Amino acid sequence: MTHVLEIRDLQVSYYTDLGRAIALNRVNLNLKAGEKLGLVGESGSGKSTMALAMMRMIKAPGRIESGSVDVDGVDLMKLSDEEMRLARLSRIAYIPQGAMNSLNPVMRIGAQMVDAIRAHIPDMRKEAMIEQCMKSLESVDLKRNVFQMYAHELSGGMKQRVCIAIGILLKPKVIIADEPTSALDVVTQRQVMETIDRVQKEMGAAVILIGHDMGLMAQFVDKVAVMYAGRLTEVSTVRDMFTTPMHPYAQALIKSLPNLKNKGVFQGIPGLAPSLLRIPTGCAFHPRCTQAMESCKTTIPEVQDHNGRLVACHLYTEGA
Amino acid sequence: MRLQLILRRVAFLILVVWAASTITFFIPRMSDRNPIRERFAELARTGGFSASDLEVIVESYNKKFGLDKPLMEQYFDYIGSVAQLDLGVSLNRFPKTVTEIIYESLPWTISLLFVSAILSFVIGNLLGAIAAWPRAPGWLRSIATPFIMFTGVPPVLLAIFLLFFLAFRLKLFPLGQAYSTGIAPDWSFGFVLNVMWHQVLPAISMILGSVGGWVLSMRGMGITIQGEDYVNFAEHKGLGGRVIFRDYYLRNALLPQVTGFALALGSLITSGSVVESLYALPGLGSKLGQAIQANDFMVIYGIVLFITMSVATLMVLVEFLYPLLDPRIKAD
Repeated sequence: MTHVLEIRDLQVSYYTDLGRAIALNRVNLNLKAGEKLGLVGESGSGKSTMALAMMRMIKAPGRIESGSVDVDGVDLMKLSDEEMRLARLSRIAYIPQGAMNSLNPVMRIGAQMVDAIRAHIPDMRKEAMIEQCMKSLESVDLKRNVFQMYAHELSGGMKQRVCIAIGILLKPKVIIADEPTSALDVVTQRQVMETIDRVQKEMGAAVILIGHDMGLMAQFVDKVAVMYAGRLTEVSTVRDMFTTPMHPYAQALIKSLPNLKNKGVFQGIPGLAPSLLRIPTGCAFHPRCTQAMESCKTTIPEVQDHNGRLVACHLYTEGA
Repeated sequence: MRLQLILRRVAFLILVVWAASTITFFIPRMSDRNPIRERFAELARTGGFSASDLEVIVESYNKKFGLDKPLMEQYFDYIGSVAQLDLGVSLNRFPKTVTEIIYESLPWTISLLFVSAILSFVIGNLLGAIAAWPRAPGWLRSIATPFIMFTGVPPVLLAIFLLFFLAFRLKLFPLGQAYSTGIAPDWSFGFVLNVMWHQVLPAISMILGSVGGWVLSMRGMGITIQGEDYVNFAEHKGLGGRVIFRDYYLRNALLPQVTGFALALGSLITSGSVVESLYALPGLGSKLGQAIQANDFMVIYGIVLFITMSVATLMVLVEFLYPLLDPRIKAD
């Protein structure tokens, strides 16, 4: 099966008054149709930057400096601005973080869905547009009358569903959900995740789920990608990641999670995430790593394939 | 529910009008000037009737208008007649009634104040919104800047400046009046054009100073709104820049400005009246100015009452209009 999403050498920097912050450092990632990837990492590790870069929505002072994002064989980075506008939602959709404020308070939900379709298919008949919106609302378990409602008349979970319904309106190949459940209670979180799961299966789209909640990830994604200081450190299947994490940072991350056997005191990761303005030389994690070697301080470890698992660590590099 | 609210607002409106009319009733009466005596004293100087005759005439007119009664009694008489929508007669220009004076001058005031208020609201908010919109081209965003410089320059000062340079020195515009002397008012194209020609400078004096205020408040509002999640999500949806600007950004940023517009209408009358008198436009403002000079308190009462009533009505209207603009606000 070919990849529906191929990210190559994607690099994003923010040019601040204090200097250049490399928020995304030569990231490579592949995703097959129907695959679900969880993207985890500490705050400021570059998760949201990666999502915005894929949508080509990085705003000044940020800049996409290099790389390509192929969706279904089309490199988004090579599209003109107008072509990119059309690609948003139809090829690659973004379900926002904080759905609480993601809907226009003065427009009916329906109008906010119809204008999204009209922006892509201006010649479509109005009735057909409305019908497509209704179907989309129904597919996320919302009633058709939500079409007539305003955002303030909906609950948080319903608003998030509306955002999902908008995201899947044009059946995109890739859906990015940026912490879609962060402001919801656990019951609603689960319902929203199940909704994403179901529509994704129906459409066969690839999903990137961004979040901090490892527990939620474990239940819904196929693969987990761990980011640290703008770099991918490990990409493994959920099972592998939770049972035998390879990268020391991933190991520490998993160790810090509560589980049924290990009650009581949890082990945190010593130290703080580095500032993106001063990323340590070599492996960015080496100052906090318990297994750091000499080479970790000098050379950046390349991502290497170990039986289908992608790891960027000198521990597994032959001859290191 | 709805009806009850309307009744409550109307009751409040009546209360405001009553309070305003009571205050304006007593203030001109604090001076002991008598507008009738002043009018006939002038006639006496030119017409040559004796001082004793003057006293008799003033006496009889005082009686006729009820000015010889105790002040409180006059007050209740006045409130009574206002309740019957009778604003009385001008003391200086009788037998002309106050209603006639208002009726004559109203079109000039509406055409100047209302049109310039709406124009400056539209221009100011549009420029302010564009100035805060990061995707607008730089030259377009900078158009707002010169208007900000004019903020706070009183319309009077601008009026004098424009009159002196554009009308008096360069003779590009008429020096004042509502229309050229020697032509009769009608609805012909030529006359309308002539009137508009005379309105240009007064309108510019009114607009130039107030656009900057709208620009500043709208720019501030725009900066807040453009960072909102829904504006961002609109872009993620692949909407065109024009739709995002109009439906997601402008509509939301405009909401508090509408309230500001209703508030601005009140102060507009004040600055407008000075501009009207400077350009010798026969509007409500200059009529009010003349009435104050002659202490023609019946006209003062009438015009102030009328202005209070229209501003209060507009406020209530805006309040009822608001739920249409912002669905989060319900009128009940």
